[in-house]
Amino acid sequence: MLCDICKKNPATVHLTEIIDEQMNELHLCEDCARHKSAAMEQQFGLSDLLAGMADFEKPNKDDENVAVKCPNCNLTYADFKKVGRLGCGECYSAFRKYLAPLLKRIHGSNQHVGKSPLKGKTVSKPGKKKVDLGNLKAEMQRAIQREDFEEAARLRDQIKKVSSEQDNV
Amino acid sequence: MKINDLLNHTSQWLKGTGPNSDIVISSRIRLARNLNKYPFPHWASKAQLEEILEKISEAMFKIDMLKSSTLFKLADLDAIDKQFLVERHLMSIEHSQKTDYKAVLVDDEEIIAVMINEEDHLRIQLMQSGFNLFEARDIINRLDDALSGLLDYAYLDDFGYLTACPTNTGTGMRGSVMLHLPALVMSRQIERVLAAIAKLSFTTRGLYGEGTQASGNFFQISNQVSLGHGEDEIIENINGLIRQIIEQEAQARQILLSKNKEVLEDRINRSLGILKSARIITSQETIELLSMVRLGSDLGMIKDIDRRTINELFIITQPAHLQKLENKKLSSDERDLKRAQLIRKKLNLL
Repeated sequence: MLCDICKKNPATVHLTEIIDEQMNELHLCEDCARHKSAAMEQQFGLSDLLAGMADFEKPNKDDENVAVKCPNCNLTYADFKKVGRLGCGECYSAFRKYLAPLLKRIHGSNQHVGKSPLKGKTVSKPGKKKVDLGNLKAEMQRAIQREDFEEAARLRDQIKKVSSEQDNV
Repeated sequence: MKINDLLNHTSQWLKGTGPNSDIVISSRIRLARNLNKYPFPHWASKAQLEEILEKISEAMFKIDMLKSSTLFKLADLDAIDKQFLVERHLMSIEHSQKTDYKAVLVDDEEIIAVMINEEDHLRIQLMQSGFNLFEARDIINRLDDALSGLLDYAYLDDFGYLTACPTNTGTGMRGSVMLHLPALVMSRQIERVLAAIAKLSFTTRGLYGEGTQASGNFFQISNQVSLGHGEDEIIENINGLIRQIIEQEAQARQILLSKNKEVLEDRINRSLGILKSARIITSQETIELLSMVRLGSDLGMIKDIDRRTINELFIITQPAHLQKLENKKLSSDERDLKRAQLIRKKLNLL
């Protein structure tokens, strides 16, 4: 496929613009994409690129994945691709197969390591919960800075415990 | 609290206090949260939106930290009131549109603002004056814990907090810092700085968040990635980045002072002169001139006007604030007159 703008170089960047729910697809070469993004500057948020990113899946898979529907809210994967928004929390389980790689592309990871709610966890894989060592270490550093050594010692012991547990896995 | 009570009140984040407040206006953290099973706002029916709003407000009224807060239902507010809340950074522009079953909860000090039924069911925001992300983090964490004890959040162990847009999934957290970078702009280094920020997966926005242009040398910088890193790690990363930008701005200010002092003094005092004597002034011109006056105050060139007065002027000269102060609708031309009058009054009295 050739670039939509210069019609010379092969298109390697695929953009999907959504303006007032009207979707417009652009296939650009790297040079034209750079010009275009400079022109759009800040009006163009990452979320707008999403639908486009979802399309990075091989085209022949499309027929299969657009029809998948969330059993809780009835949003289809095609709906998501159109509006760039999911329908409810359950969509994440319903579209897990497609969302896991998408999340990885957006964030560089699809594994949450932060905090969790106190109540009503919808546990998907019990026992797989990871404790974030980075968080604990930062927490300990700050306890030391404010000279709360009791808390720092508690965190140090927790870090020890967690890292030996993770080593054993 | 009534909405008009906010008018005679300075938001905590505008006080011009806190670490590095010569360069950092405010630090903000927001968390995106949703209720389990309920469709996200854009996909929910009116009845569901009403139920969500009901459920969340009920929970919020039980929380001690929110005792001195007021819930504003957007359907009850007129256009000026809504814009007024946007100008005070208590809600987004997006939230002020299509207002069915939307609300915003604001505490007395305007430190906490919770939007209900924006893009997500809950957008919890915490604002602090100056460079103060860690304190913001501590407070918002306590509030989030309290809410999560009462509300059943949409959450999966592997994906974290589930949000309408996958760009917020994971921690659902965005930390952002509002910076005033006039010296980097004047010395034409800002493009280089902004390009570096983008490379590190941080975003730069203007004064009013998503989709707004940078003006008056103000830049809002926030993290792009919300999944795969813990909350503390994300905050540490923004903190480290902002620290470097602060250093660069401080350096650029020193270089301007040593190499172009007269030019700088001229520009700053001319700006003050215009503000003190103009009879008609637009909000854009006001922001640009106030930016120079703020720099003058930060550098000790202007001694009789403090940072807080300048910060306040940025907000009260905005269109909805002017109209609320005058207690009537004003056309754009009328506002330009009233704005000049208000600025003269505030600056010449000092």
